[in-house]
Amino acid sequence: MSLDTAWAIDWVRRTAATIDEHRAELITLDREIGDGDHGENLDRGFRAVLVALDDADLETPGAVFKLVATKLISTVGGAAGPLFGTAYLKAAQAAGDATELDADTLVAVLTAARDGVVSRGKAEVGDKTMIDAWTPAVDAAAAAAAAGETPERVLAAAADAAATGAESTDALVARKGRASYLGDRAVGHRDPGAQSSAYVLRAAVDAA
Amino acid sequence: MSVGILVVSHSAAVAQGTVDIARQMAGDVQLVAAGGTDEGGIGTSFEAITAGIEQLAGADGIVVLCDLGSAYLTTDTALDFLDDDLRARVHVSDAPIVEGTVSAAVAAQTGGDVDAVLAAAASAAGAGTDAGPDDAATGLPGGAPHVTDAGAADGTHASATVELVNASGLHARPAAEFVKTAAKHDASVRVNGVDAKSLLAIMALALPKGSSVTIEASGPDARAAVDALADLVRSGFGE
Repeated sequence: MSLDTAWAIDWVRRTAATIDEHRAELITLDREIGDGDHGENLDRGFRAVLVALDDADLETPGAVFKLVATKLISTVGGAAGPLFGTAYLKAAQAAGDATELDADTLVAVLTAARDGVVSRGKAEVGDKTMIDAWTPAVDAAAAAAAAGETPERVLAAAADAAATGAESTDALVARKGRASYLGDRAVGHRDPGAQSSAYVLRAAVDAA
Repeated sequence: MSVGILVVSHSAAVAQGTVDIARQMAGDVQLVAAGGTDEGGIGTSFEAITAGIEQLAGADGIVVLCDLGSAYLTTDTALDFLDDDLRARVHVSDAPIVEGTVSAAVAAQTGGDVDAVLAAAASAAGAGTDAGPDDAATGLPGGAPHVTDAGAADGTHASATVELVNASGLHARPAAEFVKTAAKHDASVRVNGVDAKSLLAIMALALPKGSSVTIEASGPDARAAVDALADLVRSGFGE
C-alpha cells in the first residue's frame, strides 16, 4: 500500500485506537513524573479528531494532518496539544498537495514535525521529552531514504528508532516539562510524551 | 497608550483570582482571565486564550502572564493563528503569574507603555528576596540579581533622606511613580535598602505617611536620580 490519503486516515484511526488502548499506561507514566493527564488529554484529543474525520472530505495526507492539528490544539488542554498539534501542522505544510508520500517527502514530513515540536517546546535530545523519540526517528528515516528504501521501510525505520528512543528516556533526568521539577527522582521512569510519540509512529507503520 | 493584560493559568480559579487581586489596585486596566480547559478542568484552552486576546484587541499593547509549561505553549500556539497586526501587539511575560500580574497592572494603571508594563512584571521576580530583612539592614545590592553596582567602579554615589508627606504613603500609585522616575536614570538606586526599580519590593516596605525614606544611588546619574526622587517624595506625589 502506498502512503496516500487512505493510509493517512487509517494512521489517524489506528493512532486513536492505540492511544485509547494505552491510555491507562500513559496516565501512569505521567502520574509518576508529571501531572498525570497525558493519557487522558491525548485520548480526548484523538476522540475529537475521529468525530471530525467522519464529517470531513479529505483529499490529501496533508489535509488529514491539518485536521488532526487543529483538533488537537483546540481540545487537548495540556502541553501535548500545542506540541503534537504543531507537529501535525508542520507535517501538513511539508506534505503540501501531494496525494501520496514518497520516501523523500516522508522524511521531509517527519523532519518538519520534529522541528515544529522543537521550535514550540525548545527541548533538545537528552532533555527527557518527546524529542528523544522524534529525533532518532527522523535520523533513521533519513538514513533509510538515503539508502534507497521504500516509503514503508523508511516509516518502519522511524518507528523502530522512536521506540528505542522512548526507552532511552528511562535513564534521563528531565530538563523540560513538569518532570524537570523532580530532579533525580525522574530517573527510572519513561517520558510519557516520548512513549506516546513511539505509539503514534508505530500506528503509521501498521496502517501502511 | 493603553495596555491590556491576559492571565493564563491551568486553573480557572487561579486566573480569575489573580485578576481579582490585580483589579483591586488597577481598577481602570482591562484584565482578562483565561484559566482551565473548556470543560472546566485543569489545563489550558487554546479557545479561551484566543478569545481573551481578541477581547483585548482594542488595546495598544497586550501583555500575557502565564503559570506553567503548557500555558506558555498554548499561548505561543494561539499567537501563531492571529493576524500579523494583532500578534505584533501581544507580548508574553515570563514573570511569576500573581506578582507579575499585580506589578504589570499597576504599571498599566499609571499609564505605562508596553515596555514599562513588561519591565514592571519582570521586576516582580526578585521582589521577594529584595525585601528581605537582612538585605534591607545592610543595604547591600546582593539581594536582587538584576541590580548591578556600576557606581562602585567610577565612585559616583549620592544619597538623601526625606519624609513621606502624602496621606497614603508609598502605596501602589506613588510606588509606581517612584519606579518610573528611578528607571529613567542610569544608576543603581535603592530605597530603604531595596531596589528602587522593583515595584513590589517598594510596596512590600509598606511605608506610611511620616516615614523616613532613604534614597541611595550609585552610577553615572546617581546625583540626578537622588534629586529627582527626593523631589518626588517631597511633592507628595501630587496627592
